[in-house]
Amino acid sequence: MVGVPAPQATATPPGVATTPVLSCVGLRKAYGSLVAVDGLSFQIAPGETYGLLGPNGAGKTTCISMVAGILWPDAGRVEIRGQPMGKGGVAVKRRIGYVPQEVAVYPDLTGRENLRFFAGLYGLTGSPASTRVAEVLDLIGLRERAGDRVAKYSGGMRRRLNIGIGLLHRPDLLILDEPTVGVDPQSRNAILASIEALSVHGMAVLYTTHYMEEAQRLCDRVGIIDKGRLIAEGTPRELTASVGERDRVRLTATGDIDAGARTLRTIAAVRQATPRPDGIDVLVDDARTALQRILDVAAGAGLRIRSVAVEEPDLEAVFLHLTGKSLRD
Amino acid sequence: MRAALRIAAKDLRQRVRDRSAFLLAVVLPLAMAFIYGSLFGPSAEPRAFEYGVVDLDRGPIAGAFVADVLEPLAADGVIRIRDVATADEAERLADRGSIDAAFVLPAGFSAASLGAAPARIQVLGDIDAPIGTEVARSIAGAFLAELTSVRVAVAAVAHHGDGRPVDRDRLAQLAERARNIATPVVLQNVTASTKVLGLKAYFAAGMAIFFLFFTVQFGVASLLEERSNGTLGRLLAAPIPAGAVLAGKLLASLALGVASMAVLVTAAAALMGIRWGDPVGLALLVLSAVLAATGVAALVASVARTQEQAGSWNSVIAVTLAMLGGVMFQTSQLGGVVAAIGLATPHAWFLRGLGELAAGGGARAVLPAVAAMLGFAVVAGGIAVVRLRKAVAP
Repeated sequence: MVGVPAPQATATPPGVATTPVLSCVGLRKAYGSLVAVDGLSFQIAPGETYGLLGPNGAGKTTCISMVAGILWPDAGRVEIRGQPMGKGGVAVKRRIGYVPQEVAVYPDLTGRENLRFFAGLYGLTGSPASTRVAEVLDLIGLRERAGDRVAKYSGGMRRRLNIGIGLLHRPDLLILDEPTVGVDPQSRNAILASIEALSVHGMAVLYTTHYMEEAQRLCDRVGIIDKGRLIAEGTPRELTASVGERDRVRLTATGDIDAGARTLRTIAAVRQATPRPDGIDVLVDDARTALQRILDVAAGAGLRIRSVAVEEPDLEAVFLHLTGKSLRD
Repeated sequence: MRAALRIAAKDLRQRVRDRSAFLLAVVLPLAMAFIYGSLFGPSAEPRAFEYGVVDLDRGPIAGAFVADVLEPLAADGVIRIRDVATADEAERLADRGSIDAAFVLPAGFSAASLGAAPARIQVLGDIDAPIGTEVARSIAGAFLAELTSVRVAVAAVAHHGDGRPVDRDRLAQLAERARNIATPVVLQNVTASTKVLGLKAYFAAGMAIFFLFFTVQFGVASLLEERSNGTLGRLLAAPIPAGAVLAGKLLASLALGVASMAVLVTAAAALMGIRWGDPVGLALLVLSAVLAATGVAALVASVARTQEQAGSWNSVIAVTLAMLGGVMFQTSQLGGVVAAIGLATPHAWFLRGLGELAAGGGARAVLPAVAAMLGFAVVAGGIAVVRLRKAVAP
């Protein structure tokens, strides 16, 4: 593995002294000669949002199917709060909320009926179930439409219901398998905001996606998976720093561009300053701390700054660096 | 079990809202039964054959034929008889279709029967009533065969061959015994025809079991729908026993099947005036038919990849079994290989069982049919459960 070394399978995630909510150790799953997941190990702490980032076919869904107890691994083990996921795994499964990639709801039932049905499977019945269903309907913003059949819901509403079902029994770990695939930008933003709120309540989240911007926004830590293997793990910042990617400050300016570039190179944080016909590209370790200094020095060199654009390296760049291919390949 | 019941209840709620299921389970079978019943009309119901009797003999043997053979059959409702004065009149009545056939007992028939001369009964038939004529021939033939046996037996006793006088007491005993055994075998054959269901009942039952094979698939085949829309994964991730999903689906199929059959049986009785017979026997037949149909639907679901594929295969199997089992036409009446093949279907056994009930049989009478259908259910369902358990286990 390259990048930030992943924690050892038995170690506690950074900054956490309690038992991990999820611990995967050496997970392996093959379909014939195709190895979908190959020796995958990672842990998630309480309240942590962990992103499993990788292109389609990398093994993300196979991995979380094993975590959810839907698939049985060929090798390795899954532990939830220290309890192993057995083949029956009834008690362990109560601690998990699973939101599959598909909108896994019944269109000919109402939103409320869908929630009541799944609440019953998780042991919630009677008035506690009614109360919790009402809470979840509020949480996902579907209270007004709870009595309508899901077939009449918009795509975004179905997605929200899909997530709401996973939250019904207040799981320790919520597994979200690409929950924003095929969702319009507005609904997507609402979904991401609601997921951000979950960690506030101490719920651990395992989030798979191939959208690097979602991983960057939501995840405390990210594991990058390719061909069934975890090839890097860490915070988004750690990952981008580990592969030598730097922030890029694009100055659009008039004046003596070449002289300005030479002057900017004297700043300690600046790694490179490249003149362009209409300005200068500046590579810097951390644009947030160095930006003011860059602007001051440029002004001092007689440049008239027209615009400034800051581009931070992202996980896409990390993935490209590690595998030589794009996340969306 | 609780989880299985929840899943079954959810499935049933979905199916209740699915109008096509209601259409297949109740409306279509009833409509088809009505159409078939109306098409064939009351004239197609089994009826007693109309026979004329021309007794030109007036002797004791002719009297015995009428009193001991024809009148008991008439009392059973199998035939109706009327006296006709002459053979010419009988022929006219047969030509007009007023009777199916006539028995002409010629003058001297009794004397011939008691002596050495050949005894004959003439059967005049309506050319448009071949079955009635054939039955009349059988009745007459059987009586004459019995008569011949008695004559041979009497001759054997009467002729010692040593010149001693004939023992009259012994002859009287022999005559009495002959009188007691001279019941034509056709009596039993004809009575057997009453075990065939009336046409209305036959079509109502046939349509019920035909559509039953479509109805039950809504339960177990929805496993494939759950797989394709992702809800199966969600069910498998839930903290419920591994077998609960499959058990729930099978329960839903059984409930759908029993409910649709119950509605059909009740509606057919109320709207079409059909009397099904012993309720316990009927319940046993319905339940075993539902189990057999569910077994077949589960087997199809276990080998199909999609619900659409399962639907297509199930339709082919349902139609094939219905045809072989005599739902479309009464294959049991054809005999031979066709009837034997029919018995390899639950449909034939279901109809046969109902026939037993119609003939007055009780629960015991339908046990062979119940056993055959349960055998079907166990074989098909057993294979299906083994296959499907793999599909719904981690």
